[in-house]
Amino acid sequence: MFTEENLRRVEEIKKRYPKPMAALLPVLWIAQEQFGWISEEAMHYVGGLLGLPFNHVLGVVTFYTMYNKKPVGKYNIQFCANISCMLRGADNLIEHLEHKLGIKVGETTSDGLFTLKEVECLGSCGTAPMMQVNNDYYEDLTSEKVDNLLDEFRKQAQR
Amino acid sequence: MSDATKLYAQNGDPGFPRIVLPEIPNLAQMETYESNGGYAALKRALEMDPAAVTDVVKKSGLRGRGGAAFPTGLKWTFMPKGNEKPKYLAINADESEPGSFKDRQILEFNPHQLIEGILIASYAMGIKAAYIYIRGEYYKWYKILEKAVEEAYSRKYVGENIAGSNFSVDVYVHRGAGAYICGEESGLMESLEGKRGYPRVKPPFPAQNGLWGNPTTINNVETIANVPAIIWNGAEWFAKIGAEKHPGTLLYGVSGHVNRPGVFELPSGTLLTDLIYKYAGGVIGDKKIKMVIPGGSSMPPLRGDQLEGVKMDAESLKGVGSAIGTGGVIVMDEDTNLTKVLLRITKFYWDESCGQCTPCREGTGWMKKILQRMYDGGGKAEDLDLLVRVANNIEGNTICALGDAAAWPVKFTIQRFRKELEEELASQERSAAA
Repeated sequence: MFTEENLRRVEEIKKRYPKPMAALLPVLWIAQEQFGWISEEAMHYVGGLLGLPFNHVLGVVTFYTMYNKKPVGKYNIQFCANISCMLRGADNLIEHLEHKLGIKVGETTSDGLFTLKEVECLGSCGTAPMMQVNNDYYEDLTSEKVDNLLDEFRKQAQR
Repeated sequence: MSDATKLYAQNGDPGFPRIVLPEIPNLAQMETYESNGGYAALKRALEMDPAAVTDVVKKSGLRGRGGAAFPTGLKWTFMPKGNEKPKYLAINADESEPGSFKDRQILEFNPHQLIEGILIASYAMGIKAAYIYIRGEYYKWYKILEKAVEEAYSRKYVGENIAGSNFSVDVYVHRGAGAYICGEESGLMESLEGKRGYPRVKPPFPAQNGLWGNPTTINNVETIANVPAIIWNGAEWFAKIGAEKHPGTLLYGVSGHVNRPGVFELPSGTLLTDLIYKYAGGVIGDKKIKMVIPGGSSMPPLRGDQLEGVKMDAESLKGVGSAIGTGGVIVMDEDTNLTKVLLRITKFYWDESCGQCTPCREGTGWMKKILQRMYDGGGKAEDLDLLVRVANNIEGNTICALGDAAAWPVKFTIQRFRKELEEELASQERSAAA
């Protein structure tokens, strides 16, 4: 399951809190980092590491939007649709992405490269419209910039 | 060390200081921060009595920058004096209010001033461990913070016997995982404990019963980043900046239909029109303004004809029927579709409602349905009163403030733009009849 290195990280993280339950969010992040998403099997495993019942872990995983409850594409596109981005054309860019990728919001391309999600405010209102792809922010977007980024991701994936 | 004045209040002009975002390149680097006098305020604080440190913060008039504008020093005095139980500090870096993007600037450009503030606050309250709770999406800034905290440990500013004193404290960065409600302080504590971020019923308040049942104080990033400057320059210096009852600078974030959106550090009480026209470059295409939300999406909006003379501080905005919130100003031009805006805002609160309290969980869904119907052209004249009734049934009837945050934009937009919305609904009814 977890790599040696990740098991060592779990032990380090547990030391930061008086109760092991507090390590749950950070350890779930490690799980998502290693497996790409959080399966029921992973929830059982993480629960076992921290001495927590499965139903508690399941409750937490399903409460927080960033834990992937099913596999996502290699590039997980999360487009901000909230007010400041909306005022600066986010709707059009989301439609543009749907058209370009041939999928609807919430879907993954058949080649497994891209997942498209609409998300709430990402704290980039001054550089709207914007999207987060995996861990990175891409801001002040236009349709040209979005196209260039998709090309760039496709090239990266071939390497 | 003589440069510390420059660091903690760049430009030296008491009328126009840059306290938390000084224009010093590479300030996020430990070497730069130290060579500009950084951590000097910590050393000074460690020579003072802890209660005296709290006293300076209290006298400065510093108020919380996370939305409620509660007096910071007073909040610190709620913490018990003894050491029967371990005491904790939680820093709220869960910035998620639509229209707010200011704390991120501190995390990116001045993380050490935040850490220094955390250490001073910890000394003042006798904190055992401080946790910086940062929203999961802010991965880049999480990494920046982790590095800054590591550097501070290696320079002995954090950990055992900090800066050669008898005081020890640990600082940890804790990453959330996507939930607006974790910006509510009791939701934040639940989340930090490894649970769903359900807000707690208050009382008991965090200072009595916070993290793991122990005394806890929760402060916002910007609030704490002000503390080193206050300790260095004194309470009187700070109290003289900006608005009398809400002193200091504020990080104003301006977004929406403006030419130069961004974050501006300016004295509290800056004119809203100056923010929009002087700093944010005015409205795109020189259009008129229809609506401005002055403090993040949950604050009551103002009409374009209400902006003249409005000052951006807690008291002044209260006077015009709104609130300073997080200082996130969202500007909307004359062509903005109000129903679309309300639908968008309501969808957000519906999505982010944790589901504990029925009025919020159900009410946000009903408001969303009505607004969707209006947006799709099937609205009825009575929809406005129905929306207000639903909003009134949410407001004040929930454990946390998310309920009010969902109710206010709907209620106050209808109150302030009633005529326009009525005309829109009348035209929808006419075309439905035809």
